[in-house]
Amino acid sequence: MIKINDLHKSFGDNQVLKGIDAHINHGEVVSVIGPSGSGKSTFLRCINLLEQPTLGDILIDDQSITATDACVDKLRQKVGMVFQNFNLFPHKTVKQNIMLAPVKLGLMTAQQAETEANMLLEQVGLKDKASAYPSSLSGGQKQRVAIARALAMKPELMLFDEPTSALDPEMVGDVLDVMKSLAQKGMTMVIVTHEMGFARDVSDRVIFMDGGVIVESCEPEILFSAPKQLRTQEFLSKVLR
Amino acid sequence: MIDAINASLFTPIGEDGLIGIYLILNGLKVTLIVTFFAMIIGSILGVATTLLKMSPKWYLSWPAHFYVSVIRGTPVVIQLVILYFIVLASFDVDKITAAIIAFGLNSGAYISEIIRAGIQAVDKGQTEAARSLGLSHWSTMKEIILPQAIKKILPSLGNEFIVLLKETAVIGFIGGVDLMRAGEIIRSRTFEDSVPLLTCALIYLLLTYIFTFMLSKFETRLKQSD
Repeated sequence: MIKINDLHKSFGDNQVLKGIDAHINHGEVVSVIGPSGSGKSTFLRCINLLEQPTLGDILIDDQSITATDACVDKLRQKVGMVFQNFNLFPHKTVKQNIMLAPVKLGLMTAQQAETEANMLLEQVGLKDKASAYPSSLSGGQKQRVAIARALAMKPELMLFDEPTSALDPEMVGDVLDVMKSLAQKGMTMVIVTHEMGFARDVSDRVIFMDGGVIVESCEPEILFSAPKQLRTQEFLSKVLR
Repeated sequence: MIDAINASLFTPIGEDGLIGIYLILNGLKVTLIVTFFAMIIGSILGVATTLLKMSPKWYLSWPAHFYVSVIRGTPVVIQLVILYFIVLASFDVDKITAAIIAFGLNSGAYISEIIRAGIQAVDKGQTEAARSLGLSHWSTMKEIILPQAIKKILPSLGNEFIVLLKETAVIGFIGGVDLMRAGEIIRSRTFEDSVPLLTCALIYLLLTYIFTFMLSKFETRLKQSD
């Protein structure tokens, strides 16, 4: 579904991604782990062009998204994104947050979007918060709304950028549960995370990144129990204890 | 004191038999008309200039930057005089209209800077979230950024309108009779300084006070919707 060829990204003189080659299959759940500053978030943000790659190519369903004539807005409709800091729209209610994009982009009528929003809120366990404003929600609730908002666009691919890093420990479980059920429904997902347990249990594949390159990419059972690369071993020995 | 008030405000002054308070009220009317319409023109120009400035196309952003630099770099009184005596000299434009245009142009530049600051104060994540949902640059602006920027902008915008109201006191430079000029006329005819000047000052103070009060009411109402 996604093919990434020789992806480079620099911010000025700072080379963050130094040639990434990867592919993500339809329905696959891929976790991206690695030390901070390894480029995992930048990698994720390149996939929906929140960062413009300096070099290299990204193909979604065999269509290049980096081509000059690529329609970025149309691409983003197919790719949902969940942020570390939720980024809910504070001047809109929970339900309005979810309904906004499908209605404004003419994909649904207001009525359809409302039905959809109610269904999604039920799915993430927040049906009673439909008319609340984001400021009255806890971090975990905000993140679940953010997931519902992304799902309202019926994306083919979901990107998660450290979705639980800004949460209090007791909130993490609820968000991970929602993501887990999403994975079980067959959603294609790319997750940048520090939750090693989650990466191990839910992913079909884990990518370990360090220094702007992919060091190792394989099934979680293998990566976590018998990593081949020294850098992977060092990193895991620090985080898994 | 009472005699001075009577002489400057309530008895006919000069050969045309005008009464001071009548001059003052007419001047006040001019001040309010110019301020009000300049506010409207300034707001429209301000929004338009901000949008042009943010455009990635240089031929749209460059003129907007030029306009703001020129206006911010010169005193409003020079802008007013140049507009009336040079730019509009060959057109049949009355003084009040010229003043409205001049102050509207002036205010527009400052308002555009205020709006820009307000937009930049909205968290970058808001733009990213909206764009990641597939919204275009313009609908992101309209639906997400501007509604949030407005609340941040409002206090500075109110301040700008108060400054504008006070700055119109230079209309006399092109011969328009606003509140300030009315006071000056009374002064020159009655040789009485304190009463006309203090009256003018008091009216300006009262106007800005009322305006500030209305604005704070409005802000409180906006905050309730949070």
